[in-house]
Amino acid sequence: MQRQAEAVERARLAGERIHHFHGGLRLRHNKKISCEVPLERVPLPARLFVPLLQHAGSDLANALVQPGQAVLKGEPIGAYEFPDRGFVHAPTSGTIVAIENGPIAHPGGQAGMRVVIEPDGLERWTTLSPCPNWPGADPQDLLETMRRAGLVGLGGAVFPTSTKVQGAGAAGVHTLILNGAECEPYISCDEMLMREQAGKVIAGARILRRAVGAERAIIAIEDQMGVVEQVLKKALAASDAEHVEVVRVTTIYPEGGERQLIQVLTGLEVPSGGLPQDLGLLVQNVGTAAAAADAVIEGKPLIERVVTVSGNGVKRPRNLVALFGTPISALIEQCGGYEDDVQRLVLGGPMMGYALPTDAAPVIKAANCILALTAKDIQAPQPEMPCIRCGECARVCPAVLLPQTLHWQASNGQWDDARDSGLMDCIECGCCDFVCPSHIPLLDWFRHGKGMVRKRAAEQAAADLARQRFEAREERLARIKQDRKDRIAAKKRQMSESSESKKKVAEALERARKAREARSGGDDKQ
Amino acid sequence: MKPLPPSREFDTSGAPHFSPDVTVQRVMRDVLLALTPGIAACAWYFGPGVLVQIILAILFALGFEALMLRARGQPLRLYLPDLSAVVTAILFALCLPPLAPWWIALTGMLFAIVIAKHLFGGLGHNVFNPAMVGYVVCLVSFPREMTAWLPPVSLADASIGIGETLRAIFTGAAPGGLGWDAVTQATPLDTLKTGVDHGQTVSEIRSAPIFGDFGGLGWEWIANWFALGGLWLMWRRVISWHVPVATLGSVIALGLVAYVVDPGSSPSPLQHVFSGALVLGAFFIATDPVTGCTSTIGRLWFGAGVGVITLAIRRWGGYPDGVAFAVLIMNMAAPLIDRFTRPRVYGEQVGRND
Repeated sequence: MQRQAEAVERARLAGERIHHFHGGLRLRHNKKISCEVPLERVPLPARLFVPLLQHAGSDLANALVQPGQAVLKGEPIGAYEFPDRGFVHAPTSGTIVAIENGPIAHPGGQAGMRVVIEPDGLERWTTLSPCPNWPGADPQDLLETMRRAGLVGLGGAVFPTSTKVQGAGAAGVHTLILNGAECEPYISCDEMLMREQAGKVIAGARILRRAVGAERAIIAIEDQMGVVEQVLKKALAASDAEHVEVVRVTTIYPEGGERQLIQVLTGLEVPSGGLPQDLGLLVQNVGTAAAAADAVIEGKPLIERVVTVSGNGVKRPRNLVALFGTPISALIEQCGGYEDDVQRLVLGGPMMGYALPTDAAPVIKAANCILALTAKDIQAPQPEMPCIRCGECARVCPAVLLPQTLHWQASNGQWDDARDSGLMDCIECGCCDFVCPSHIPLLDWFRHGKGMVRKRAAEQAAADLARQRFEAREERLARIKQDRKDRIAAKKRQMSESSESKKKVAEALERARKAREARSGGDDKQ
Repeated sequence: MKPLPPSREFDTSGAPHFSPDVTVQRVMRDVLLALTPGIAACAWYFGPGVLVQIILAILFALGFEALMLRARGQPLRLYLPDLSAVVTAILFALCLPPLAPWWIALTGMLFAIVIAKHLFGGLGHNVFNPAMVGYVVCLVSFPREMTAWLPPVSLADASIGIGETLRAIFTGAAPGGLGWDAVTQATPLDTLKTGVDHGQTVSEIRSAPIFGDFGGLGWEWIANWFALGGLWLMWRRVISWHVPVATLGSVIALGLVAYVVDPGSSPSPLQHVFSGALVLGAFFIATDPVTGCTSTIGRLWFGAGVGVITLAIRRWGGYPDGVAFAVLIMNMAAPLIDRFTRPRVYGEQVGRND
């Protein structure tokens, strides 16, 4: 405990010095191409397809509406079983046309349930309930407002913000880190957001800081983001925000990863299996902060986000503000359409994003970037060769794993060994996969492996529970049996103890016998 | 409101969606390029026999490689051009006396490619460095042929042409009509070992013409050219600095101690580094990733082990040089070293006290 307290104290110095993390890659940023024009709004499409599944998991929201029903902008149309996940809201006003299965953006590549809305074009808002006097509001009220607004982490993991903040606040947080280090190539939605809506980001920082009870907030941005630093500092000076700082960090992939960013800012590591709050820290994406400001100050639920549309496969790369449910094809159209040699469509960045089978899939909360890549970008798939143990993967691994060992264990089905070698500490950044001269699909292996380890742990837990239940039942039955035995024995003892009762029994038995004989004799005569 | 554009289908694939143009073949090609200056220096000092041995070894290696791939049902088109067999062949051939008979290369490659590589599972699965297995098998089985070294060209009585070289290699006829004893000469390391065993001091031995400024005449320059190639490989990030630095560092450190304590029978550390196969071994053989350690600390131990064992064999062993044996012994130890030098995973607590 003492060591942890020490670490928490050291973490207070976050941002004073820039530290390093192990490995990583210096990739070509390719961000400028999508930062040349200001943010644009995607025109309201003829149909919105709002998925009831907007994150990598599988727990679906339940639809709260019926086909034919009219909805207002911002009205809840889906609620999750797990209440912390909050709601899915109608991105615009209109009529529910259908609730149907269709293409969605999901790593599994499968179809999913979508609420189809035909917009009326009026954009009529539902009654908004902002948090009054937010700079002095009770943290619980702020959290409840965020939960109702369906606020989730917009950096990619889409974990419910209120849950994360509440947990961190309970553990004690001294510093809020706003993550503006979007280190994956091409993605520039956070950069554009900070450039154009710096005031909102700073308001969000203050809201989140208040909600978690932190003393200070750091906005971490990358050194290649140009004007962003000045814009933020100017906005800071203009606002009455105190204890909010801007820190520039060197751009090395994957420093936007929560654990890597913490290491860069503090020189400390989040304990394995632990959370940033173990160091008194909370990390939130800058986009989440802006959405928190919308939710708390204006009462607007999360119904849209900034999406980078980029890559050599699209004619005019740029950043768009898109309502959730807008088909990706509409975003591409807004960017001038595809180039002729487009080959692959990716949701997310080129390192960690997943390829989409169709652009009919709609924008979701996790959609930070739509990447259209050409044949030249992705190269011809190289044949997989055996591992030559060159160790490049270990050199670049930011989690300091030995990917070649993990691959060996995973490909042999040694899941327990892989877990012991740190498989669950893999952050799925793809650096190892990127540098592998043998073109082994390491990232696929590790994503699959982590799923396997989790599944096995769940199965083990279920088996343990079943065994416990079985053992408890056996014990209970044995106890009942024993009780009955004891009772019978006690009764016997009781009876044998009294001779009088014995005599009575003998008499009764005698009577019974006679009666039986008499009856059976009569029976025989018949 | 805008009408929806028609949707479009795409092929999918796993992340990451782009990657640099690195392949096993390219790694091997870089190694070959890095060997070129050293090979040229060898040929310069020891004649065309060096190149003939290399060509022979490559031909045998590719032949065995194709045979084994076919036998194991592996795609030839994928594996044959990966150049790994060519690297093995060249490393082996560089250890051969330039006029060694042709069947040495055949035997060496048989053991290297067929036994050490493919019978252990092929590329990436071999436990022992194939080139060194081939070399040690030949050295132990055919000591006379494997130690019949020529003196550097500048010290030879007459230069040996390509015709004589080929005849010597393929028919076993000594060049120039002389006996083999007249043509061959002990290597500097050999001379040193015999001399010390006969009670001579190192400085007396070193007055012989086969010694140069630091190591053996010619040998020291060959070592320099190999070192240059090795440094280029480091710059290209094909090899890391750990193994060469640990190997040469341990030799220099231990050699220095021995040199200070017992200068009579211990050559200087530089003499150690610049003779025999040490530089070639440190940059090109001990750095073989397949048979070495993978963690950085493990690589330091591995390199240091190669250096120490080489010195021990040179000092007390039955062979004048010990790089090949040292590498093979450390190959055996590599999995164990890897096991004990696993780096601390991010966030993993060491000796936590709460």
